[in-house]
Amino acid sequence: MSEYCLFCHEELIEHISWSTFFSKREEELVCPSCQEQLEEITGKRCDICSRPLERIDAQYVVGTRCSDCVRWENDSEWQGYLAGNLSIYLYNDFLKEIISQYKFRGDYLLAKVFAQKLKTSIRMLHADYLVPIPLSTERQFERGFNQAEALLREAGLHSTHLLQRTHGEKQSKKSREDRIHLSQIFQLTDSFVISGKRILLIDDIYTTGSTLRHAAKLLRKAGADYVFALTLARS
Amino acid sequence: MRFAIFDKKLVPEPLLSEPQTTQTIAKIGEIPQPSRNLHFQYCNDVRKRLIGKQLLLDEIPHTLDEIHQHYEQGYITLRKGIVFEKGTPRCQRCGNQKPHLFSSFPCSRCRELCTYCRKCIMMGRVSTCTPLYSWSDSECQSARETANLVWNGTLSFGQQVASDEVVKAISTNDDLLVWAVCGAGKTELLFEGIRYALSLQKRVCIATPRTDVVQELTPRLQAVFPQIDVASLYAGSPDRHKYSPLTISTTHQLFRFYQAFDVVIVDEVDAFPYSMDETLQYAVQNARKERSSMIYLSATPNQQWQKDCRQGKRNFVTIPARYHRKPLPVPELKWCGNWDKKLKQNKLPPNVMKWLKIRLDMEKQALLFIPKIELIPKLLAILQKLDSRIEAVHAADPERKAKVQSMRQKDIPILVTTTILERGVTFPNLDVAVLGSEEQIFTASALVQIAGRVGRSAQYPTGNITFFHFGRTEAMLQARKQIQNMNAEAAKKGMIDIE
Ligand SMILES: [Zn+2]
Ligand SMILES: [Zn+2]
Ligand SMILES: [Zn+2]
Ligand SMILES: [Zn+2]
Repeated sequence: MSEYCLFCHEELIEHISWSTFFSKREEELVCPSCQEQLEEITGKRCDICSRPLERIDAQYVVGTRCSDCVRWENDSEWQGYLAGNLSIYLYNDFLKEIISQYKFRGDYLLAKVFAQKLKTSIRMLHADYLVPIPLSTERQFERGFNQAEALLREAGLHSTHLLQRTHGEKQSKKSREDRIHLSQIFQLTDSFVISGKRILLIDDIYTTGSTLRHAAKLLRKAGADYVFALTLARS
Repeated sequence: MRFAIFDKKLVPEPLLSEPQTTQTIAKIGEIPQPSRNLHFQYCNDVRKRLIGKQLLLDEIPHTLDEIHQHYEQGYITLRKGIVFEKGTPRCQRCGNQKPHLFSSFPCSRCRELCTYCRKCIMMGRVSTCTPLYSWSDSECQSARETANLVWNGTLSFGQQVASDEVVKAISTNDDLLVWAVCGAGKTELLFEGIRYALSLQKRVCIATPRTDVVQELTPRLQAVFPQIDVASLYAGSPDRHKYSPLTISTTHQLFRFYQAFDVVIVDEVDAFPYSMDETLQYAVQNARKERSSMIYLSATPNQQWQKDCRQGKRNFVTIPARYHRKPLPVPELKWCGNWDKKLKQNKLPPNVMKWLKIRLDMEKQALLFIPKIELIPKLLAILQKLDSRIEAVHAADPERKAKVQSMRQKDIPILVTTTILERGVTFPNLDVAVLGSEEQIFTASALVQIAGRVGRSAQYPTGNITFFHFGRTEAMLQARKQIQNMNAEAAKKGMIDIE
């Protein structure tokens, strides 16, 4: 039990109740008011990418999917590679700030806050390999750690590095078209049996899904049975 | 980053031509400092960015190669970002020593478990493998800048005395507390000292806890020192890399400075957050040179400082009177019973109600200070029945600026406020009441500041200040005593006109 909220540094007050005595309580790391601002995704979501369908304009919903996923799945080049993505939280302003402090300012400790939730979700998904989306060497040096790998590590889970970057990833400013047509952003690291495996990709945010789809396509072509993704937040 | 030591010099790992034993900067005992090669042509941009600063590698837009070269030639100094004192870490940038504000992570830069400071993480991560880069001396050898003072106002007697003391403290590199009552005119008394310091090629900084004060002071000082390009620093300001002999900064922005200033003027030392936050105080100390002068400004120094002054342990000068030579209005203390309970019954204590009604009848504007924001809805419900134009403000109020503006335009007869309007704002003809002045938030210093809102202008130099309480507190009595003492001192020195 830490004494201070990891987000706002307020002192944490321990609430003792009967349930505290009888059940092993989850470790509290953030205060109730910060906890409250983390919104879990509930309700109808796109059955591929987890996008909350109630929150988007009806014209972008096609049956049980969002129009983006429909577009991906209609494209023979991408069809069927990424089985789906599960996101835990809405990427609201609060989480945006937390993730930016975590990833860009480099406040590694914040990974701990998500460990419990991540662990529970990962357990449900039964994967042979947990694969964090890799950073380029320069980016990893710059940040000091890989944010996806740190999430797994703090959840006490083992990362398998099946992938590496082929070149730098200065892509956040490029358009969706550019990103899709980037020939190949990952390559395999060898030394692992991929054929017939269930692979779970891990990243912090699902934005357009193109990074994850690139990874999924490469792994499926190498013989993986099933490639799924787990992300902290769905933007 | 890891470093090898080669020929009594650090070499950063990425610049090694062949593998060498390397270690993190934290583990190197004494960091070797090459002596200066006077024939080296240094880069002026590197110098301008690093002089008097302490920056992370990521904050310097030059290549590692170029920075390393300046180090090798003796122009750049590296310091450890984190040092361990008896096994516990201390951040050298912000001074943080609280164990819960440190954490460790497996670091890709040094490939070790790296301890980092969470306190100042918003300015980029300082960890055990992080060097802080500075220019190796902090003298500004720049071309002699002329600093004419363009101001033709006159100082009051009290201001003149303080101004002389400021000049003296700067000339002898001493510290000085200027204890000036609210409304004494503290900005003007600094002009001569700043001019004097600039004429000696000294570098001056005015630090204040609040961004709005930085923004207000900048044009005033720029106007009186037109030949100097004043640097104005606050979160998000465009002057971040500007080098200037006169810098006006929030205390927070000083974290990036290191032994930069010959004179640091700290405004409102008693004000939150500076008074509460040890790391801000560390930042201010870190920003001054070893031989330098520190001028503290305060209307309400804390008890310890007041005691130090009385016992002769602190160099100080007082300005007990306002610029307009009228005494400070002395607070009236009035018992109003259990106002909290009354409020719950949607009522106000009768004497508070009467006080407010009189102001409305006289059409004299008033501020009503309250101890907590939660009281606002109930209070407004009662008060808006008296006059529908009555409004309330608090720190997080998005319409705060607009409401202060309406108050200035006299569109609001009475403004209910939390302690956010305790400092800074002045309305010319005003009465002030405090409801629940016994509450903890109303410290002696807060109450003196609140009382200081009354009678500020020469046109309306008097007014009423009443503390409505449910039991007298030490803070209330101290506040009143401080004000009475100042008036007595001012009378004795002939600094107020008594009719
Ligand atoms: Zn919190
Ligand atoms: Zn979708
Ligand atoms: Zn720090
Ligand atoms: Zn490190």
